[in-house]
Amino acid sequence: MCGEVCVFVEVLRGEVKDITYTMLAAGRQLAAGLKTKLTALLIGRDVQKLVAQLGAADRVVCVEHADLAEFNPDAYLHVLIAVFEQHAPRLVMFGHTATGTDLACGVAHRLHWPVATACRTFSLGNGTVQCSSLTCGGKLIANGPLPEPSCVVTVMPGGYKAKDGQVHKTPAVETVSAPGLDQVRTRFKQYLEPPVGDVDITKQRILVSVGRGIQNKDNLALAEKLAAALGGVVSGSRPVIDQAWLPTTRLVGKSGKQVKPKLYLAIGISGAPEHLEGVPEAELMLAINTDPKAPIFDVAQYGATCNALELMPLLTENLKK
Amino acid sequence: MDIVVLIKFVPDLVEDLEIDTATGLLDRNFLRLMPNELDEHALEQAIILKERHGGRVTVLALDTGDVDEALYTAVAKGADRVIKILGDGFDRGLGNRRIAAILRRAVGDVRFDLILTGTQAVDDLDGFVGALLAADLGLPYVGYVTQVVAADGRVVARKEYPGGLNAEIEVNGPAVLGIQAAERAPRYVVTSKVMEAMKSAKIEELTVDEVSVENELAVSSMALPESGTHAEMIEGNVQQVAQKLAVLLKERGVLA
Amino acid sequence: MSLSTVVVLLGLVASVGLFGYRCWQRVQHLRLGRPAGPFGRWSERIQGVLVFVGGQTRLLRVPGTGIAHLFIFWGFVLLLPTILQAIIEGLFPDFVLPFFATFGPLLLVQDIIALAVTVAVLYGLYVRAVVRPERYKGSHEFEGNLVLCFIFTIMATLLCHTGIRQNLGEAHVAAAWQPVAAVVGSLLRGLSPETQKAVSEVCWWVHLGVVLVFLTLLPLGKHFHVVTSVVNVLLRNLEPPGRLRPALRDAGAEGAERIEQFSWRQMLDWYSCSECGRCQDVCPAYGSGAPLSPKLLIMGLRAHLLERGQALRARPGDGRSASLEATLSKRLVGDVLSEESVWACTTCNACDRECPLFVEHVQPIVDLRRGLLLQQRGDKTLATALESLRRYGNSFGKSDKQRAKWTTGLDFKIKDVRKQPAQTLWFVGDYASYSPALTQVTQATTRVFQTAGLDFGLLFDAERNAGNDVRRVGEEGLFELLAQKNITAFQKCQFERIVTTDPHTYNTLKNEYVLTNGRSQSLGAKVPILHYTELLDELIRGGRLKVLRKLDSAVTYHDPCYLGRYNEVYEAPRRVLRAVGCRLVEMPRNRDRALCCGAGGGRIWMDEGKVKERPAESRIREAAALGVGCLVVACPKDLTMYRDAVKTAGLESRIVVRDLIELVDEATRADVEPTATAIATTGAMASSSSAG
Repeated sequence: MCGEVCVFVEVLRGEVKDITYTMLAAGRQLAAGLKTKLTALLIGRDVQKLVAQLGAADRVVCVEHADLAEFNPDAYLHVLIAVFEQHAPRLVMFGHTATGTDLACGVAHRLHWPVATACRTFSLGNGTVQCSSLTCGGKLIANGPLPEPSCVVTVMPGGYKAKDGQVHKTPAVETVSAPGLDQVRTRFKQYLEPPVGDVDITKQRILVSVGRGIQNKDNLALAEKLAAALGGVVSGSRPVIDQAWLPTTRLVGKSGKQVKPKLYLAIGISGAPEHLEGVPEAELMLAINTDPKAPIFDVAQYGATCNALELMPLLTENLKK
Repeated sequence: MDIVVLIKFVPDLVEDLEIDTATGLLDRNFLRLMPNELDEHALEQAIILKERHGGRVTVLALDTGDVDEALYTAVAKGADRVIKILGDGFDRGLGNRRIAAILRRAVGDVRFDLILTGTQAVDDLDGFVGALLAADLGLPYVGYVTQVVAADGRVVARKEYPGGLNAEIEVNGPAVLGIQAAERAPRYVVTSKVMEAMKSAKIEELTVDEVSVENELAVSSMALPESGTHAEMIEGNVQQVAQKLAVLLKERGVLA
Repeated sequence: MSLSTVVVLLGLVASVGLFGYRCWQRVQHLRLGRPAGPFGRWSERIQGVLVFVGGQTRLLRVPGTGIAHLFIFWGFVLLLPTILQAIIEGLFPDFVLPFFATFGPLLLVQDIIALAVTVAVLYGLYVRAVVRPERYKGSHEFEGNLVLCFIFTIMATLLCHTGIRQNLGEAHVAAAWQPVAAVVGSLLRGLSPETQKAVSEVCWWVHLGVVLVFLTLLPLGKHFHVVTSVVNVLLRNLEPPGRLRPALRDAGAEGAERIEQFSWRQMLDWYSCSECGRCQDVCPAYGSGAPLSPKLLIMGLRAHLLERGQALRARPGDGRSASLEATLSKRLVGDVLSEESVWACTTCNACDRECPLFVEHVQPIVDLRRGLLLQQRGDKTLATALESLRRYGNSFGKSDKQRAKWTTGLDFKIKDVRKQPAQTLWFVGDYASYSPALTQVTQATTRVFQTAGLDFGLLFDAERNAGNDVRRVGEEGLFELLAQKNITAFQKCQFERIVTTDPHTYNTLKNEYVLTNGRSQSLGAKVPILHYTELLDELIRGGRLKVLRKLDSAVTYHDPCYLGRYNEVYEAPRRVLRAVGCRLVEMPRNRDRALCCGAGGGRIWMDEGKVKERPAESRIREAAALGVGCLVVACPKDLTMYRDAVKTAGLESRIVVRDLIELVDEATRADVEPTATAIATTGAMASSSSAG
C-alpha cells in the first residue's frame, strides 16, 4: 500500500455508504494522476461480501474481527494505526462523517502525518496534490497542498458523482489480521433505532422540502397537498424538525438523510450548507424563497421569490389540470 | 465528575467575510470572533453533568482577543474555573494542530474525567481540536455525541448517525468527547448574572510559550465562493409563477 | 339588660371580632412582602379618591353595571347611619341617632337611594343569571350572587321596617320624607298593628343579622375590596404607566419567584380585586384563546398569598403535617400559575387601564418573568432573540454593522450625528432598520423628513435596540446594558430632540431612560422625545411640511398601545390624517380601548402557541367591517402583524394596511405629479403598494 491512494470504506449496518463511492471516484482520478494504485480499506466482521461493490478500487484490504462488527472508534483506530504503520499510503481518505471524523485525526497524529478536512475536490499539478475545502459555513473556499510523503484527508460529498465510484468489477482482496484489541477503551453497546412507521425519503423520487419560511405547522398541509399532487413526499430542513413539525425521519441534511431525488422542491429553505449536504445531487431543484440572496439559488436550477404560502395551493391546482 | 471544556473562538458568520489581498487569505483585521456554537453545546452538556453528578467544570480558551465576556458568561452558567491562555499570535488564527498542542500544555495537571468540546468548528481546516487533543493526550475520542450518561464510573456516549439513528458507545477511563448537540439547547443566562460574574469571578491567565508543532497544514489561498451557476428566476405574480412551474415540471417529465 | 340586648351585644362582639381577626390575618400576610413607597403627592392622591372612588369613573366605562354599582356604593355610604342606628338601637332601645336619624332631607335621600340600590341589585342578579357576561367566567359566582341577595335583603328589610314604623306613627320623621318606605308600608296596612309590629321586629332582626354576617364575610373573598378600595386607590401608582419599576434584586434573586418577593403594596392590590373581569374582557391574549386572564392571575396570586401566608405562620409542632409541607412546596409559577399564562401577556396595558380599583397586572407579570428568566425558564425562541439582542443589539440575528444598510438605497447621504450636530436625532429602531418588508416605509420616512427640510441625522451602527420589550420580557440586566450603550452614544452627540418611528422605542426613551450624569435625570426630561406623528403634526401645522395633494379617502386608524394607551398620544396622528385629506372612520375600539396587535411584551419573539383567533386577525376584521378599505397604523410591529393578518384572514381584496408616513409621503412628495390619489383599494393596488 505504500505510496497508494487509500480510501477508508465507510460501512453502516452492513451497507456501504455513498460517501465511499464519492471518495472512490475522487481516488480513481488521483491514483491515475499519481500513477499509483487505489486501495479500499474495509474493516468489520463478515464484510467480504461487500467487496464486490468496491470495484472502483484496484484492491481491497480487509481486516475482520468480531469486535469490529459495528463501528467502535478506539478499536478501529487501533486497526488503522497497525495497518498504516506497516504501509504508508500517499493519501488516506476518510468520509467527513460521524465515522470518518472520529478516525482521521488519531491516524494523522500517531503516524505524524498532516490532516486536511472538509475537502471537496482534489487536483494534481506538477506532482503535487492540492485540495479545495469549503469552510466557514460555506462562505469561504480554502486551497492548499497535501504534503508528501503521506497525508490524511476527510472528504465532503458534492465534488464528485457517487456513481463514478461504482464500478462493476470484483477487485483483488488482501486479508490482514487484526491487531490485539484488548487495550481498546471504547465499546459499541447498541443502536437506538430511529422512529419507525414513516416513509424513507431516500427512496423517494420527488420531495417537497420545507424550511423555516413555512412559518408554522398549519402551513405544512399546503406542502402535503402539493407533494400528493406531484406524487412525492414532504421532507424538511433542521428548523422544521427542531420545532417538531416533521419527524426526524424527514430531515434532509447533515444530521439527517442524504437524498437523490429526481425533483427537489425547496420551499422557504435558505440553503445553509448543513442542509445542502443532504441533497448534493438532485436532478432538478426548484427553490422558492422571498429572499433573492438566499444561497439556495446558487444551487437550484430554477427559483422564484414569490410567497410560498400563496404559491403552493396555486401550483397544486395547476398540476391537477 | 470533573470536566474540562474547550472553547474555540471562530469568525462570526453573520458578518461578510473578506479576503486580504496582501496575503490571499481571510482578512482577520475587522473580523469579529465568537465562541464556536458546538463548544457552547459542550459547555451546556458539561453543566448538565455537573448538575447531575457534582464535580467541577473548567473552561479553557485561547485568548484571541475579547474573550472575557464569554468566559464570564460561562461562569454565570455554572463553570467553576475559567482559564484564558495567552500566547503569541493567537489573534492571527491558528491551525487546529497548533491549538491542540497549546491546549495539551495548558491542560497540564488539571484533573478531569472528561474533556468536552464541539465535534467541529466552523473554521476547521486541519482536523478537529477535540480529536487532535485526544490523540496528543493518548485518550480515546468519540465524536458526534448528543448525550452523555455517567453511571458506576462508566460513561456512555450517544453518537448520532444520519437519518435519526444513534449508537451507544461505552467509554472506559478519561476521554475526549466531541459534542454535536447538548441534551438541551444551551441555556440563556440573564445579563445581571453575567455582570455579577464579572464582579465576583476571576479569569485565570496561563501563558504558553512556543510549542513545537509538526505537520501543520499550509493554506495556499482562499477565495469567496462565486455564485457561478445562479438559478434561473421565474418572474411574475403568484398566479403566473404557478402556471409556469406547472408547465416546466410537465415538460421535464418529472411527473408520473 | 334584656335578652335581646344581650343577643345583639354578643352578635356584635362576635361579628366585629371575627371581622377584625380576619383583617388582622391579612395584614400579617402583607408583612411578608417587600417594602414599598415612599408615597408622596398626597393632594393628587386624594383627588384621585374623590374622582375614581367617589365618582366611580372607571366603572362607568361599562355603563349598565357601572351605574348599578354607583348606586350600590353610594347607597352603602349614605345608608351607613341607618345601620349604625339599628345597632345602637339594639343595645339601647330608645336611642335615636341625632341628626343622622332625624334630618328630613337626609332621610329622603336615603329612602330614594334604598330604592335605587334595590333596583341595582335586582339588575345585578339579572345580569348574572340571564346575561351571563364572559367577564365573570372564573369569578366566584356563588359569592357574587350571595352578596347581591344580602344587599337586597338589607334594603328590603330596611324599607319594610321603616314603612311599618310610618304606619304605626313611630317613624322619626314625617312620611313625606320617606315616600318609598311609605309605599312599602302601605302594602302592609291591611295587617293588624300587632302583626305589623311583629313583622317589623322580624325585619329588624334579619336586617341586623344579615349585616353582621356580611361583615364577617367581607375579608374573605372579593368583597374585601369594600375595606381596601379607598386605600388602594389612594396609594395607586402615579408614575407614567410606561415606566416599569426596576427589578428588586437581593441575595441573588431577581424578580418574583416566590410570593414573598412581591411588595406589600402589590399584595394589597390583590386584596382589592373585585373579580369584575373588566380586565379579562379587554385582554388580547384572553380574547385569542391563550391561557392568560389578568383577572385569574390576580385571583391566583391572592389565593396563593393567603394559603402560603397561613402556612408560613403555622407554628412548628402545630401539626407540621404533610399537607402543610405540600402547601409550602408549591411553586408559584408551575403549580399556582402556569408558565404559559405568564408569557402570554403582550403588556398592552388594557387591563391596568380598565381596572376600577387600579390593580396593576403588567408589573407583577414582568416581576414573574424576571424570576422565570433567572431560573432559565422561558421558551427557546425567546432565548434565541435574547442572545441576538445581547450580542448584536437587535433581535434579527443580524450584525450591528448592518443596521444602516437600508440607507444604501437612498439617493442622498443622511447625516451621521456621531460626527456632525443635527437638530433632530432620528432613532430608527430594529424593525425599521432590519426588516426587509419595512425598508420602503423607512425610506418613505426619510423622504418626508427631507421634504420638510428637517435637519436630522442617525446614530448609524451605534444605535441599539432601545430595550422596551427586553425589559418587559424580564431581562432587566440586558435592558440596562442596551440603554447604557444608547445613552453613551447620545452623550457623544449634539442634538436638540429625538424622534422615533417606533412607539415601543418612544415609550422607553421617554419614560425609562435615565442619564448617567450622577443626577438620575430622566432622558425625557432633558430632551424632547417625539413620535413621528407628533413631529409631523408640528411640521404640518407650522407650515414647514406642505400637503401638495389631498388623498381624499376614507380610512380607519389603529391606536398603537405604546403611543396611545400608554402615552396618550391620540390626537396628533388624527390631525395628520385629516391634514392629508383622509376622512377618518373610527374603529369601534379606539383610543385607550384599541385592541393590541399581539406583538408586544416580547410576544413577537416567542412561539405562538395554540390560538383560537389571533388578536391581529380579530382587529383586521373589525377594520374591514367598516368598509373603508384602508387601515392606517403608526407602528412597525402593527404594520407587520396586520399585513400578515390580512393574508391569513383572506381579506386581501377588502383592506390594505398602510403606515401613516406612507400616506404623508404620498401627499407631500415633490417629485411626483400633483394629482389626487386614492389609497384605499382593491387587490391589484394592494399587491403593488404593500411592501415586501
